[in-house]
Amino acid sequence: MTEITIPPIDWRVATQLCIIFGWASVLLIIALFVPRSRIRVVGYLAIAGLVVAAGAGIPFWGGSAETFGGMLRLDTYSMMLNWLFLAAAAVVIAYSLNYLPKHGIEHGEYYVLVLFATAGMMLLAQGGDLIVLFLGLELLSLTLYVLTGFAYPRETSEESGMKYLLTGAFAGGFIVFGIALIYGATGSLNLAAIGDTLARAALAAEDRTYLYAGAALIVTGFGYKIAMAPFHMWAPDVYEGAPTPVAAFLSVGSKAAGFAALVRFLVEAMGSQWPVWAPALATLAIATLLLGNIGALIQNNVKRMLAYSSVGHAGYMLLGVLAAGAPGGMAGQRGVEAVLLYLLAYMLTNLGAFGVLIALEQRGELTWDINQFAGLWARRPLLASAMAICLLSLAGVPPTAGFWGKFYVFTAAWQAGFGWLTIIGILTAAIAAFYYVRIVVQMFTAEPSRETPAETDPALRAGLVIAIAGILVLGFMPAPAIDLVQRSVLATVGGQ
Amino acid sequence: MLANYAFVGVFFVAAVIFPLIPIVAAYFLGPKRPTPTKLDTYECGLEAVGDIRVQFKVQYYLYALAFVIFDIEVVFLYPWAVAYGELGLFALIAMAVFLFSLVEALVYAWKKGALEWV
Amino acid sequence: MVPTSYYVLLSAVLFILGVIGVVTRRNALVLFMSVELMLNSANLALVAFAAARQDVAGQIVVFFVIVVAAAEVAVGLALLVAIFRSKRTTDVDEIHALRG
Repeated sequence: MTEITIPPIDWRVATQLCIIFGWASVLLIIALFVPRSRIRVVGYLAIAGLVVAAGAGIPFWGGSAETFGGMLRLDTYSMMLNWLFLAAAAVVIAYSLNYLPKHGIEHGEYYVLVLFATAGMMLLAQGGDLIVLFLGLELLSLTLYVLTGFAYPRETSEESGMKYLLTGAFAGGFIVFGIALIYGATGSLNLAAIGDTLARAALAAEDRTYLYAGAALIVTGFGYKIAMAPFHMWAPDVYEGAPTPVAAFLSVGSKAAGFAALVRFLVEAMGSQWPVWAPALATLAIATLLLGNIGALIQNNVKRMLAYSSVGHAGYMLLGVLAAGAPGGMAGQRGVEAVLLYLLAYMLTNLGAFGVLIALEQRGELTWDINQFAGLWARRPLLASAMAICLLSLAGVPPTAGFWGKFYVFTAAWQAGFGWLTIIGILTAAIAAFYYVRIVVQMFTAEPSRETPAETDPALRAGLVIAIAGILVLGFMPAPAIDLVQRSVLATVGGQ
Repeated sequence: MLANYAFVGVFFVAAVIFPLIPIVAAYFLGPKRPTPTKLDTYECGLEAVGDIRVQFKVQYYLYALAFVIFDIEVVFLYPWAVAYGELGLFALIAMAVFLFSLVEALVYAWKKGALEWV
Repeated sequence: MVPTSYYVLLSAVLFILGVIGVVTRRNALVLFMSVELMLNSANLALVAFAAARQDVAGQIVVFFVIVVAAAEVAVGLALLVAIFRSKRTTDVDEIHALRG
């Protein structure tokens, strides 16, 4: 009998993942034995695990390694994203600490599920193989389905969980079939190997058909996950029905992870096919920009408005993805940086905006009508200013984080030769500014139409302060953040 | 090569045709005199009571869901068991970790009372 | 030896049947079955490609897909039971507290 040799494993690559997976497994058991009245301890422990995992990544910064036969990578790109995911998860848990008991849905599993979802996101950022990307995506999605329906027995929550599950499973089917076709075309599942095969020689006609069909299916599948038009219809319903911290997590983490994997797939595996996929993706980007921003324009429900706006933001990030694939090194690298910077700014901003929504949310009440924001300045000046900063950052007004994100994305797209696309982006940003400013005007000038009590607690305030401070620091002093994203390269783009 | 499969094909065709013959024959030859009693749902000779869409206990679903998960995990055990001789210690540890997570899920379900029939 | 493209064609047909099922059917259980059909058509294609290339990677993916599909169905059925308990229906058209 020949011994099957398993190549040595570089555990550094999997350190953060192992910490999160291990800690989530331990917490699941701990949560069983913590008395109901002290469940929030599990939340604190989860945050501690996230902090430890984030710290464990610091010694590895700057390097690039892969293990498990190239299935798992650790380059500065994935490390940067890992930190974003860990931070987002920590803020979401902080938001949830009082939200859950207030709405009567406090269970220890919640925090465990958030940890597992974070692990799924990290797998998406680190995956160097289509299997790993698929597993990461499903781990993320499955936990998010449960989290979306977590407010059982509230009907809207169950319903949005179901809707999310059905669209997500549908998208999963597309991705699996796409993986099958790409495997058939290239004979490999490893992104780098696929990229090599495609760059080396032209495929036979039949294989080329499989390749393009497969790539289209995978992009469609990820399109659902990142809420790209025309696959965005689930987003408003799911955001509205999900518990608000979960909606924040969805809008931030799930989208970022989807983009992380999409960039890896399109740049690493399909990089040489850029002339083929760029026009198609550009069309989708335009559709996303228009449908998202116009959809947001007609919403009076602020939570749905944020959902449509997150669709619009996916459009801006798609501009960065388009640039990321552009041949010629510089433009491509700048595209990757643009996506990362935009994600960073978008994460901070959306976390802040949803934090304010959580403060305003009352138990058993499911309206986020724009009227609720009327006169908020007069009643809660700090909350109103926090919301205003977030909205201005979403609109891309300087000097906020959102401005630098948009600026970077537009210049990257322009340099990659997407002049007309950049112009559409700027025009839709102007449309978007209108609906964001509408809320700001409501808050600062309108008379309160009715009294909406707003409650904050220390954990929520801490999360909000982190998000707002991040927006402002990034807005006034973008240099450190830009420096950070400039060091974050896909191992195959510039780091080889 | 293909001839080996021919047996399977013949077997399959025969298996389909054989039960079809009496059904088709009965359809054409048998007399049909339906009465309400004859058309009623057959339930062990008793008269049918109520709707067929009865509610199952929720416990039933919990069992079914837990079963689906644990049942499917076996697909990982089979290839591992077949190749066990050639695999080293690492595969043993990996499988131990995998099984441990399954046991953890079982403990969780147990502690949550999903396994109690009430 | 059946050419690989035949298998791919069959799996594509099955996949499209699944997609049509998801798009046109309204019962959540039937939707799950249609998604299952999509996933299994992909499994068929994966196995066919793996056999044609004498490579096990495709077959390994199939294991993972099967497991993920089971997990998805488990979560889906759990949600469905929860919805059924409060609304007494599995018809997705009747689940419409949210607009859209």
